[in-house]
Amino acid sequence: MAAVASTPRQKVGWTTANFVVIALALIPVLWLLSLSFKTPAAVIDPSFIPASWTWGNYSGILTSAQFIRPLINSIGIGLISTVISVVLASMAAYAIARLRFPGKSLLIGMALLIAMFPLIALVTPLFTIERALGLFNTWPGLIIPYIAFGLPLGIYTLSAFFREIPWELEKAAKVDGATPFQAFVRVIAPLAAPGMVTTAILVFLACWNDFLLAISFTSTIASRTAPAAMEYFSGSSQFTVPTGPIAAAAVVITIPIIVFVLFFQRRIVAGLTSGAVKG
Amino acid sequence: MSTSTQVAAGTAAEQAAKKRKPQLSEGARAERRLGYLLCAPAVIVMLAVVAYPVVYAVWLSLQRYNLELPQQVKFVGLSNYGAVLSSPYWWQALEVTVIITVFSVAITLVLGMLLAMVLHRTLFARGTVRTTSLIPYGIVTVAAAYGWQYAWTPGQGYLSAAFNDSAPLTNHFEALIVIIIAEIWKTTPFMGLLLLAGLSLVPEDLLKAAKVDGANAWQRFTKITLPLMKPAILVALLFRTLDSFRIFDNIFILTQGSNNTGSVSILAYDNLFNALNLGIGSTISILIFICVAIIAVLFIKGFGTAAPGTSFGGR
Repeated sequence: MAAVASTPRQKVGWTTANFVVIALALIPVLWLLSLSFKTPAAVIDPSFIPASWTWGNYSGILTSAQFIRPLINSIGIGLISTVISVVLASMAAYAIARLRFPGKSLLIGMALLIAMFPLIALVTPLFTIERALGLFNTWPGLIIPYIAFGLPLGIYTLSAFFREIPWELEKAAKVDGATPFQAFVRVIAPLAAPGMVTTAILVFLACWNDFLLAISFTSTIASRTAPAAMEYFSGSSQFTVPTGPIAAAAVVITIPIIVFVLFFQRRIVAGLTSGAVKG
Repeated sequence: MSTSTQVAAGTAAEQAAKKRKPQLSEGARAERRLGYLLCAPAVIVMLAVVAYPVVYAVWLSLQRYNLELPQQVKFVGLSNYGAVLSSPYWWQALEVTVIITVFSVAITLVLGMLLAMVLHRTLFARGTVRTTSLIPYGIVTVAAAYGWQYAWTPGQGYLSAAFNDSAPLTNHFEALIVIIIAEIWKTTPFMGLLLLAGLSLVPEDLLKAAKVDGANAWQRFTKITLPLMKPAILVALLFRTLDSFRIFDNIFILTQGSNNTGSVSILAYDNLFNALNLGIGSTISILIFICVAIIAVLFIKGFGTAAPGTSFGGR
């Protein structure tokens, strides 16, 4: 990109800036990590490095249904919501990017509106509706709203990706006798896979991160997700001091994010910024 | 053809297309049919989960509806709105939300710009810096919020210890500062990446030419970089402002809204799940929605922010 920083002094300056960025980003995370390794006695000690180390917090939460069940819920609900919203969003995004049909801008406007919608405004009516339909405190009770909120993100990101695909290939396929649907499945879908992976990561992170819907539409560990479950550690009698277990749980639910970021850094950046600066 | 038929996608759209557009070629009709078929599932889900509940929330906001008193449900017109708008709790929560939004977005913009420049100019370990800065973006807000809460707990946290065992979360203004810091830490990477994308569109030659002409770094930044980045900045600001206005997770964990630190979202949540008052809860929800709509309109009309995504249909 830019090779302007040339003098040694500038180099030192930018390198220092790099370290500042890394430190600011990591210190709060390292603090959680440190807390999670502190023994109950060491928790009441503000030093950054634990005075005495223990795996107890991890073994405690990883053998407790109060955390394991919500963790499974988080993974299951997140994966199902992600797969369904990415599939539905890629269908719609393909249509937006490629096909001529009336009502396209209405669809984009609707997706944009939902993406910016204050979630809390939906909690009250959805809570009432879910109770009436028996969806309250079930997996579908969270999966359905997660799909709905994953869709705008998906449609938005994917249409940006789909516009970059070389569409002459689709025409070639059609000339060779493929229907539009076959052209979509055989030719375009494989080309679109990278964009879909990116979108899937962003949607999964959004579901994994959700707290408001998770505490509003669940009442037991049957469907409560991990972020919502941490709050209930406090009242649990099996943990004398909940700080350590909560910190350990926070670290556990942060691990998938660090893995995603390490492996898909470029894709996540591309996905986050797609569409936002174009046009 | 009217755009509203898109809602009744699938067969209805097919028939309408057949009836009214006989001049369309077979291929164009197939294309249109496929377009509706592909969009239908997404549209149906979004309508069912968002559009219908919004209408239902408007209806609920016109009722006296407390879950504890189910026999007293009654249509009361706009009186819930009167009750909320004349309540000091609403204005207190709105003030807190606006303070948090203004300060966190403004500071995030400055820090995000600095981050974008570091990411843009860095020669050493660019991947590492970018990867690291993505962690705050990705981390579960609640997990990070617990970290901040413990860090500011006297006798337990390193930050509290560093500030003479202070207990900022027990005090209105200091708690707001802690909440704003937590928001800034979490959202600066997203801002930085959006701005970085805008920054990379600024032609390097232009900056070099200006340098040759004797413009100093600050002049190059304010006269070239900033004007060229204006669209990216405004879109990033719009996203962040709307997102910040919905703040819930950080406050819920850090203070539970004590010492008058609750945002409008916290207020709505309390009315629903603690007071079980669906009528008032819905009224607050609708008012939040109206606030968000006003912010969006201000940005799009006032500052000329291109609504993100509008270029999709236009091309």
